[in-house]
Amino acid sequence: MERTGKVFRIVAFWGLLVVSVIYLVPLVLVLVNSFKSNLFITNTPFAWPNADNSVGIANYSDGLVRTGFLSALGYSAFITVASVIVIVVVTSMTAWYIARVKSRFTSLLYYLFVFSMIVPFQMVMFTMSKVANVTHLDNPVGIVFLYTGFGAGLSVFIFVGFIRSIPIELEEAAMIDGASPWKVFFSVIFPVLRPTAITIAVLNAMWIWNDYLLPNLVIGSSYKTIPIAVQQYLTGSYGQKDMGAFMAMLVLSIIPIIAFYLAGQRHIIKGVTAGAVKG
Amino acid sequence: MRVSKYIKKWFPVFALPTTLAFVLAFVVPFALGLFLSFTKFHTVTDASWVGFDNYVKAFTLNGNFLQALWFTVRFTVVSIVTVNVLAFALAMVLTKAVKGTNVFRAVFFLPNLIGGIVLGYVWQLLINGVLGRLFQQDITYDGAYGFWGLIILYNWQMIGYMMIIYIAGIQNIPGDVVEAAAIDGAGFWARLFKVTVPMLAPSITICAFLTMSNGFKMFDQNLALTNGAPLNQTAGLALDIYKTFYTQMNSEGVGQAKAVVFFVIVAVVAYLQLRFTRSKEVEG
Repeated sequence: MERTGKVFRIVAFWGLLVVSVIYLVPLVLVLVNSFKSNLFITNTPFAWPNADNSVGIANYSDGLVRTGFLSALGYSAFITVASVIVIVVVTSMTAWYIARVKSRFTSLLYYLFVFSMIVPFQMVMFTMSKVANVTHLDNPVGIVFLYTGFGAGLSVFIFVGFIRSIPIELEEAAMIDGASPWKVFFSVIFPVLRPTAITIAVLNAMWIWNDYLLPNLVIGSSYKTIPIAVQQYLTGSYGQKDMGAFMAMLVLSIIPIIAFYLAGQRHIIKGVTAGAVKG
Repeated sequence: MRVSKYIKKWFPVFALPTTLAFVLAFVVPFALGLFLSFTKFHTVTDASWVGFDNYVKAFTLNGNFLQALWFTVRFTVVSIVTVNVLAFALAMVLTKAVKGTNVFRAVFFLPNLIGGIVLGYVWQLLINGVLGRLFQQDITYDGAYGFWGLIILYNWQMIGYMMIIYIAGIQNIPGDVVEAAAIDGAGFWARLFKVTVPMLAPSITICAFLTMSNGFKMFDQNLALTNGAPLNQTAGLALDIYKTFYTQMNSEGVGQAKAVVFFVIVAVVAYLQLRFTRSKEVEG
């Protein structure tokens, strides 16, 4: 028994190592090709960089300006950070109101939020972009408002579930001490919500950072986020395509994700798993 | 109840901002979308009622929608099996105190965090490289290439995620249950199928539905990897709806009708999931 366990562990370790290496092949391939020149990427993608095919870091230094990657990085960062902050603050407030105020209206609101979680984006994509147009939300600030509205369902749902498990005596005590609801929420409830707030932040950050269709339809013609810039670079009609610059662009769009992952792996895995409730 | 009364009139502060955003970004677009699916329109304000005409056209005008539905169903069925079997196997091995288990988990989970558009192009490079080398072809040459390419991509993306859910489930199985079965003389396969798998039923349900609904809704990966080529043979439902709206002339109403059908399918899957999870809970 002891012996098979040991053999199993050694075999498993080497097996997993091989699978992990295979798992990383696609990413390594892009990285390798990001140092090669245009022609060699299409013709010999599996060759290692050498004196003939390599261009050093030229794809990163000139390519990025031509692809508009840097401005895309700026828009992506702004929209993601702003939306996540707004979503965490306003949906937790709303969830508290829904969880604590018992009325027909709050339960109707709650069921509407839950309902919105199962609706695929294609159902509302055309009409949402028209509404955004008419209400002048078709800019990087307005889209924060749209993300808040479209993402509210999942966030409110998770927050309400958690708030219902908090004993109401905490709030009652603060209330009797004369604290305003504003103060009760931000000094008593919000600190307790911290772990859930991190989960919500992770879930929404992953979604918004990687989202392509919503920003493309609403602001894509004037402001390009990273997924839009990547998608439009090869399919857009203007200019010659530089595959080298494109590879550099792919690498640089993956690096922030890896950095984010290394910084908060535990929270990210917990958050993404909690998001499994979304059907 | 006193807290309820105390904060009730604070609706404008606590709930109004979210509600307003929700109404503009979801409620109005949803209701308008439902209405528009029964009209002919180009700019929304020019809508004229046509009854179920768009729904009939969605299925009969050309074969695209049914073809996309069939593609999505095939894709989803194959990937539910492959993703879950592989994720489950990895979870089993990774819960056996193997050296470096945390690093392995991190590697397998990583692709899940990368967006669909970037994933699509990463795999396009690899798949076209292989096909070019072997057959001097690329992924748009044959529908089968796109289909299996998407399956591989989707497995690569989802296995790590499902693995994490299975690991959590496996760690919740009391060790003595498996041990008792081993002492009673149950072999590896008997323990696996008579003890571990039944005890993991809740995780398996979650993972199966998650793989299914993400597969059904897949759009970005599909757009970036094949964009439906060749001839819409590799377009799933979400991509077909997008193309109907934005690349076909005068088809907005048909696109919206397809979107409603899509929504109904996704809602039915979600409802089944709820029923299924609830009935499992009662059994447990």
